[in-house]
Amino acid sequence: MKEFAHLFNAIDQSTRTTVKTNALAEYFSTAPEADRLWTIALFSGRRPKRAVTTTKLREWAAEMAGIPLWLFEESYPVVGDLAETIALVLPETASDTDKGLTYWVEALRALSQKTEEERRAFVEDAWRGLGGTERFVFNKLITGGFRMGVSQKLMTRALSKATGHPETELAHRLMGNWTPEDTSWHRLIEADDPTADASRPYPFYLSYGLEGDVAALGAPSEWRAEWKWDGIRGQLVLREGQYFVWSRGEELMTDRFPELARTLDYVPSGTVFDGELLVWHPLTDSPANFNTLQKRIGRKTVPKKLLTEAPVVLNAYDLLEWQGKDMRDTPFAQRREILERLCHDLPDAAPVRLSPQLEFDTWEALADLRQVARDENAEGVMLKRAQSPYLMGRKKGDWWKWKLDPLTIDAVMIYAQAGHGRRANLFTDFTFAVWNGNDLVPFTKAYSGLTDAEFREITAWVRKNTLQRFGPVRQVTPHHVFEIAFEGIQASPRHKSGVALRFPRMSRWRQDKPLQEANTLDDLNEMLRIYG
Amino acid sequence: MTEAPVLSFTERGIYCAAGDFYIDPWRPVDRALITHGHADHARAGHARYMATSAVLPVMRHRLGDINAQPVQYGEVIRIGDAEVSFHPAGHVPGSAQIKVSVAGEIWVASGDYKIENDGLSEAFEPQRCHHFITESTFGLPVFRWQPQHLVAAEINAWWRGCAEAGKTAFLGAYALGKAQRLLQMLEPANGPILTHGAVEATNAVMRKQGINLLPTTQLTKDTDPKAHEGAIVIAPPSALGSTWAKRFGPSESAFASGWMQLRGIRRRRSGDRGFVISDHADWPGLLAAVKATEAENIYVTHGYTDIFARYLGELGLNAQVVPTEFGGEEEGEDAA
Repeated sequence: MKEFAHLFNAIDQSTRTTVKTNALAEYFSTAPEADRLWTIALFSGRRPKRAVTTTKLREWAAEMAGIPLWLFEESYPVVGDLAETIALVLPETASDTDKGLTYWVEALRALSQKTEEERRAFVEDAWRGLGGTERFVFNKLITGGFRMGVSQKLMTRALSKATGHPETELAHRLMGNWTPEDTSWHRLIEADDPTADASRPYPFYLSYGLEGDVAALGAPSEWRAEWKWDGIRGQLVLREGQYFVWSRGEELMTDRFPELARTLDYVPSGTVFDGELLVWHPLTDSPANFNTLQKRIGRKTVPKKLLTEAPVVLNAYDLLEWQGKDMRDTPFAQRREILERLCHDLPDAAPVRLSPQLEFDTWEALADLRQVARDENAEGVMLKRAQSPYLMGRKKGDWWKWKLDPLTIDAVMIYAQAGHGRRANLFTDFTFAVWNGNDLVPFTKAYSGLTDAEFREITAWVRKNTLQRFGPVRQVTPHHVFEIAFEGIQASPRHKSGVALRFPRMSRWRQDKPLQEANTLDDLNEMLRIYG
Repeated sequence: MTEAPVLSFTERGIYCAAGDFYIDPWRPVDRALITHGHADHARAGHARYMATSAVLPVMRHRLGDINAQPVQYGEVIRIGDAEVSFHPAGHVPGSAQIKVSVAGEIWVASGDYKIENDGLSEAFEPQRCHHFITESTFGLPVFRWQPQHLVAAEINAWWRGCAEAGKTAFLGAYALGKAQRLLQMLEPANGPILTHGAVEATNAVMRKQGINLLPTTQLTKDTDPKAHEGAIVIAPPSALGSTWAKRFGPSESAFASGWMQLRGIRRRRSGDRGFVISDHADWPGLLAAVKATEAENIYVTHGYTDIFARYLGELGLNAQVVPTEFGGEEEGEDAA
């Protein structure tokens, strides 16, 4: 694993994308083909199934390090990364096991067939034979989550540099349902037919949030608008008489949405939709809130009852492939025309619906529509340039999301916990409460929204104002008030406060606001009544 | 037993009733015994100071004209009913552990310390005592340092790499102590050694008191980058990435601190490289130091106090946490 560890160090020791790209390109030109494939797989989230539970890893590591388990557990939140914590507490060793990345990945996969004693012996042997970065990388292979400052985009650029193929083509090739075990470097990267895999989706085009004046986008006539739905972005791929459902995170979700199979009855193969998966109420002809959809997301197999109670449809807003042809270079307005004709002919029973476009002549008219988005169970409006091709990744210019202003409430911070990774040893994860009489009732957590400087300031404060520790969680003196912004509010019997928020985050640190002036549980219930 | 303990922990700092003095107090007092010159230990405003003669020049440089009595390592001084002596702590040049004996009971306040001999500071000398006050900046088993010569090899290799790529190497380090230690680890054959004004000021103080440091040139706005190709610049962490550094053309930056052991903290600082080197004891160092004192009563300050004290408790020692005005942990990230 020396080459891979070397690559890891080269990437990890620089903050510059050119240095990282060059290191990766060099690796893709020189490493064994199997190792290259596994590297692509790991960096695009295709990690092998976890063969050992993290609980066991902690126990084995603490024992080998000769420290009590509680001491290991106290160290973990400071380091903020389990693989790294293990690598650091184990006794120093020279790296004398010389096996490649593929060997280790395959050996780890084989572990699932082994007994616990065999697994332990394997892991401990590896720990004894691997030093420094190699040991850390090995732990990362077991624990997964190979995030190390390499985006898919950066990896694609490096691959392009190493192979001479265009980035857009490579990005498409890397999509979909492959593992290093069922493909080869040649098939994945070099072979002629990029649609060889019938399930392969297209790279998603992602929008940016609109900031500033909408009129800066130019003439309204150049733009098309739709509701921005609060569902799951998905691609529905119909090819060779089969259907495939992909999430934006490139997760194959076909089995979770069996009702979408019926699309094949109405729409020919060689069609790919881009749209939003939503639970749809046939009676009211409107989408259900996100909570209802959430019941479906978590289920790998769906019980019949849930299928009837919470039927899912694809609200289609784009057509990426039609009659087997890649449509992405066709202007949006034309793609939309075909999509509209196609959907117009669909019966109500079809699980694909057209996401309607909003009529507007002026930006003022669109702004008025946006104000009532919540009544449509939408989060705001989407703006798409009529003449734009379907790009890949997050690119500014042609797609904008213009969301509603979030709901806000002023709340008191009562618990704090350290973050992970880059936020290790900094208190970044907070629990917030509102007043109920003289009591503070916790109602939400939030992790984001503050600047690094603010996190440092609050961290120093937490250290000096800890009342009690519960493992990694610290109860702090109620003192600081934060404005919490969120997108929606729902009743939730699982929460002490009785409500659950959607996308809560800290929008402002209200250092101007005295503790007693934070909002109350009554205020929260009133919001639930209006917006829930 | 006596009614008052030899040393007690007050809101002004560590207090000795028998001698009516404080050790590293954080509020103004009449008499302050100072372990070393870092800002969180040597503060302004005390009526009388006592510190090792090697620490005083730096303290005077920072605090101005103070009324201070110099002492030598090992010299026993009587203050009231207490006998006091200063012993090398290995933290920075002149740094001391302060030993206080009253009627045969011995306490040692170690200030900040490290076990490894860095070749610049007087090497740490363990003191047998009954009561030992220890820091715990790096009191977790994830902190273990490499020997200094290995870190030196890494730094010099990085510097050569920068020079070969036509870049200036900016090395961030605390201006007092760490900067001079790093300076002595550099191979002058690699290229010119430049310093930020804050580092050079401390260099000048140390040279004047007879500490032999490698030759350095202060980087000013008139310094010509072309005349210093392949240079390394030692600067306080806050100066890295500033316009001050950017003016000097293409560069790479690195930060030298014990905190660089943790990838998350290193990435958060968004420098290119991190070198793991600290003037504080690592986990094995803390344990070795505690053991060498043979003390049964351990007081843990500055850092992962609760955790380290609990662990010492499991080893059968009577360990307790001492609150300090300084929270510790990341507080001294720049200095550690």
